[in-house]
Amino acid sequence: MDFDRMRNYLLPCLLFLALGAAWEILAVFSGWSPAVFPGPRLAAKAAWELIANGTLLKHSVASLFRVTVGFYLAVIFALPLGMILGWWKTGQISANALIQFLRPISPLAWIPLAMLWFGIGDKPAIFLIFLSSFFPLLVSTITAVNHINSLYFQVAANFNFTRIEILSKIIFPAILPSILPALRISLGIAWLVVVAAEMIAVKSGLGYLILDSRNALRMDYVMDAMIAIGLIGICLDRVISQLNKIKSVSWGSV
Amino acid sequence: MGHILIQDLTKTYLRRGGVAWQFNSEADPVADDELLVLNHIDLEVYDGELVCVLGPSGCGKTTMVRIIAGFERSTSGNVIIDGNEVTGPSSDNIFVFQHNGLLPWLTVEENVRLGLRHMKDRREQAERVSEYIDIVNLSGFEHQYPHQLSGGMQRRAELARALVVNPEVLFMDEPFAGLDFLTRLKMREEIINMHEYFKKTVIFITHDIDEALVMADRVVVFTDRPATIQLDLALGFPHPRDFMREPDLEALRRDVYVGLGVHYAL
Ligand SMILES: Nc1ncnc2c1ncn2[C@@H]1O[C@H](COP(=O)(O)OP(=O)(O)OP(=O)(O)O)[C@@H](O)[C@H]1O
Ligand SMILES: [Mg+2]
Repeated sequence: MDFDRMRNYLLPCLLFLALGAAWEILAVFSGWSPAVFPGPRLAAKAAWELIANGTLLKHSVASLFRVTVGFYLAVIFALPLGMILGWWKTGQISANALIQFLRPISPLAWIPLAMLWFGIGDKPAIFLIFLSSFFPLLVSTITAVNHINSLYFQVAANFNFTRIEILSKIIFPAILPSILPALRISLGIAWLVVVAAEMIAVKSGLGYLILDSRNALRMDYVMDAMIAIGLIGICLDRVISQLNKIKSVSWGSV
Repeated sequence: MGHILIQDLTKTYLRRGGVAWQFNSEADPVADDELLVLNHIDLEVYDGELVCVLGPSGCGKTTMVRIIAGFERSTSGNVIIDGNEVTGPSSDNIFVFQHNGLLPWLTVEENVRLGLRHMKDRREQAERVSEYIDIVNLSGFEHQYPHQLSGGMQRRAELARALVVNPEVLFMDEPFAGLDFLTRLKMREEIINMHEYFKKTVIFITHDIDEALVMADRVVVFTDRPATIQLDLALGFPHPRDFMREPDLEALRRDVYVGLGVHYAL
């Protein structure tokens, strides 16, 4: 096996195995009862139950659905708005204070209002996820537009670009390389927030599964849900990293 | 057409990054903060002329061409191209930038196509694009991105992008900056050939005196800031030029070196 394959797959897997081993050792020798600190073997058995009766799949799909919708909504609103604000200085200066005021308010602080406005179900959770990714995306888009080399705008002016063309053919492609990491980070945040939101506002999803299992004192289920959250997080990150391989984006990495 | 008339052009910049709202009422704030760059420049460039602009660093060469091309406003005076006053950039006058002006997210072909994007006939458009890519010897590199090209190839791609729209005037602000000596000589030759072939008006900024004397129909030398025109010479020598064989050109070269304050370079 060549070095690259080893570094990319084998060593990461070994680290996971090491973590599993440490967990097992801790579970066996710590003296905690399995009800409080289940070891990997108990967790695996519980995981099999959750997979077999479809619970895990159902909750994962529910969480993924919320993240997807909330995140897409954030992208759809934050990117165009950020591109316009980054380009239009007056708008940017006017809106900046408001953005900086709203941004540090944790999405979790909105939970009471979200439940009041949207009731129980998907809507408040989606709203919270939207909030959690909207502001980071908006701010990074504005910053990215501010950092576009002014030469490109002069080229655009020289070739008589219209405003729409400047937005679609200059600003959008120019910010793509720096927006992709921002998308990656805010998707990560969205995935963090969905679990928290589901502990309060809804009756499904991996967050709810954790809360419900804790109430039932099933720590093995709690751990399985945590593992599922981590695995899905890896997958989401993988998916969004693929965007970096688009050819017209790769100029940003040189 | 490509006749440029510059009348009494003056440009001042605000020195402190344009901070105009300071409350120092004591002294006269305006006079202190102003930097006079171009000082009453009058210049007429005739249709089809290749004019090389020389001058000390920071004297205002870039500023002047940017004003002529419509990227910047003059403080006073005006620029008239083919009878129309310049009010903003236009695709009739293409600017080839001092630093790389290719759009890095577009391939060579897509960059060259920028100026032809309104063309209805796609086939004719594709033919013209490939014709001009061929003229600058970049055939085979159509689908490469700028970062995959060498510095000289990037300059040539930008040249193709400028020429393909058939502009009246071409502005080149040190287009060979950062190129190695040999590439520079080749590019020089290509521009001369291109100019003989297309007969466009070209305003070419350079720091290289020999380059200016070898290429230009006319050399304009600026003084240090505030810039005025120190020397304005038509060069009737045929191409290719050789300092050895043209004693008059050699004498001129000495004059220009001395005029720019370099006495021992020769
Ligand atoms: N946007 C600006 N704001 C303030 N001052 C400026 C600005 N642009 C240029 N200047 C000043 O104007 C002067 C002329 O600049 P310019 O770029 O035209 O010089 P140049 O002759 O092209 O020099 P070089 O040969 O080094 O490129 C410089 O002293 C510079 O400090
Ligand atoms: Mg300059």
